[in-house]
Amino acid sequence: MATEQSTRTPATGSGDTRIHNIGYRSYDGPRLGRSYARLSLYSQSLRGAYGLGRSAKSKVLPMLLFVVMCVPAAIMVAVAVATKAKDLPVDYTRYAIIMQAVISLYVASQAPQSVSRDLRFKTVPLYFSRPIETADYVRAKFAALTSALFILTAAPLLVLYVGALLAKLDFTDQTKGFAQGLVSVALLSLLFAGIGLVIAAVTPRRGFGIAAVIAVLTISYGAVSTLQAIAETQGDGDGIALIGLFSPITLIDGVQSAFLGATSAFPGGVGPSNAEGVVYVLFTLGLIAASYGLLMRRYKKVGL
Amino acid sequence: MDVTVIATESLSKRFPRVTALDRLSVDVGPGVTGLVGANGAGKSTLIKILLGLSPATEGRAEVLGLDVATDGAAIRERVGYMPEHDCLPPDVSATEFVVHMARMSGLPATAARERTADTLRHVGLYEERYRPIGGYSTGMKQRVKLAQALVHDPQLVFLDEPTNGLDPVGRDEMLGLIRRIHTDFGISVLVTSHLLGELERTCDHVVVVDGGKLLRSSSTRDFTQTTTTLAIEVTDTDEHPDGTRAVRDALHARGVTVQDAGGLPGAGHILQLTAQGEDTYDLVRDVIADLGLGLVRMEQRRHQIAEVFKDDADGDAQRKEAVGHGN
Repeated sequence: MATEQSTRTPATGSGDTRIHNIGYRSYDGPRLGRSYARLSLYSQSLRGAYGLGRSAKSKVLPMLLFVVMCVPAAIMVAVAVATKAKDLPVDYTRYAIIMQAVISLYVASQAPQSVSRDLRFKTVPLYFSRPIETADYVRAKFAALTSALFILTAAPLLVLYVGALLAKLDFTDQTKGFAQGLVSVALLSLLFAGIGLVIAAVTPRRGFGIAAVIAVLTISYGAVSTLQAIAETQGDGDGIALIGLFSPITLIDGVQSAFLGATSAFPGGVGPSNAEGVVYVLFTLGLIAASYGLLMRRYKKVGL
Repeated sequence: MDVTVIATESLSKRFPRVTALDRLSVDVGPGVTGLVGANGAGKSTLIKILLGLSPATEGRAEVLGLDVATDGAAIRERVGYMPEHDCLPPDVSATEFVVHMARMSGLPATAARERTADTLRHVGLYEERYRPIGGYSTGMKQRVKLAQALVHDPQLVFLDEPTNGLDPVGRDEMLGLIRRIHTDFGISVLVTSHLLGELERTCDHVVVVDGGKLLRSSSTRDFTQTTTTLAIEVTDTDEHPDGTRAVRDALHARGVTVQDAGGLPGAGHILQLTAQGEDTYDLVRDVIADLGLGLVRMEQRRHQIAEVFKDDADGDAQRKEAVGHGN
């Protein structure tokens, strides 16, 4: 910084080359354009989802939820190692289903953090007055929350996997289960991020966003599992599968029990058949695509 | 530098119910240009089109030689934009925020940090830049908004009502800063305001729009220097207890029309007249000397742009409305 120069304030006095008045310096360096800006927004949003680069207060909840996600996995591993069990107490694919309340809470707290703030403080126009466009903004935010959720859901699986290997469980079995678990939580991350962002992007009020996301995730799950329980008492197996389409977590449950070797958490433990499973996959992918489409539509309107 | 920074050609923007811009053709050169108009005159719509964010219904526009319809992203890389409304998250510091915005403009991380430090210093933010923006005064927030528009060293900045909400001192400081953006930083400025008076002091060129139409576009010098107004204040003596009136009558007798300076406090003692040339100054001096009065002051007053428009706009109610905000 000592060699700062200004063309408008040349040094006076011969021999003295130090320049005291630091005038305006123009910038001739590289301008990295749209894709770099999108990447910057992605990394800023991803860090923000764990409170990094934000106040200490906003680190508390995401970090706490991360720990809460991982602690049961650590305990299971410890038990498995200590008791020399032949298998882990919980399947890789089942873990996220069990911990769904924590995941929902995370989405509810971080989705509004990611998008409602920009709307509320009207920062969005500043983004769009720069090279990026609507699609870049939506993709960066979507990818960031998906990645944050993937970190949240995949970390405990990693703990389980490492623990399982330490406990000298069957390597092939465990690796296959771990891989299936990763595919499942990746899908779950995409789905939850999409739903969370669509709801949060509707309102500039963070509180409303949090409440709405929690409501949508828990009410849909509560309604679906109640209806499924009723269907089971009436012996309506097809009904159970059909009803399961209508809440995000049962959707993931259905997909993974049809194709990822998971045992279903549906009443009666019977997941959808393969044909029904295809519908589940299509429904899941459709929802993710719809979330993206809705976000694009939403931000088309939020110009300057 | 290009001769023309902004050029529009019968640019129109129609919404289902309103016509925001109506066949606007204007050329803007380098320097500080004021865009004046009442609220709803189409200023923000114009900026939006110039940033390539909203397609024009018809006509075309170029910014820095780039077509807004096809080169929006390239334009936005070279220009800065300071919105009228609040746009700052309260829970981050000015430094963090401006660094982020610099990176959003495509600056590599290191350059973003250096440019942020420089720019915040230039707009007059020092130690407070590490504190969360939520605790800033309105003036400091305006400076942060300005900094984020300048941080990527654009060739042109759009400043939308930068003096809004500032007290008179803050207003003057902001206007001085805007002047420096061109003179010291070499960046052209398009600044909007609904106050003609403050643009008069700051701008090289003023464009007036109303109802989406161009009212007038000319340099500030044209506005204010076609005629010179002289303001005169004299003392009273025993011989002439009302010196002001004596001077007025004497000047009347010589065929010079004199007006009172208007309704401001103390203005009763100030006379205004239009100087036709060097002769007028001599005449005033001689008249006052003959009466034996003391000349307290004789100063040049630049016309307010508003006055020029009042003359232009006679009989055109719409124009008067636009100009009415000028004082």
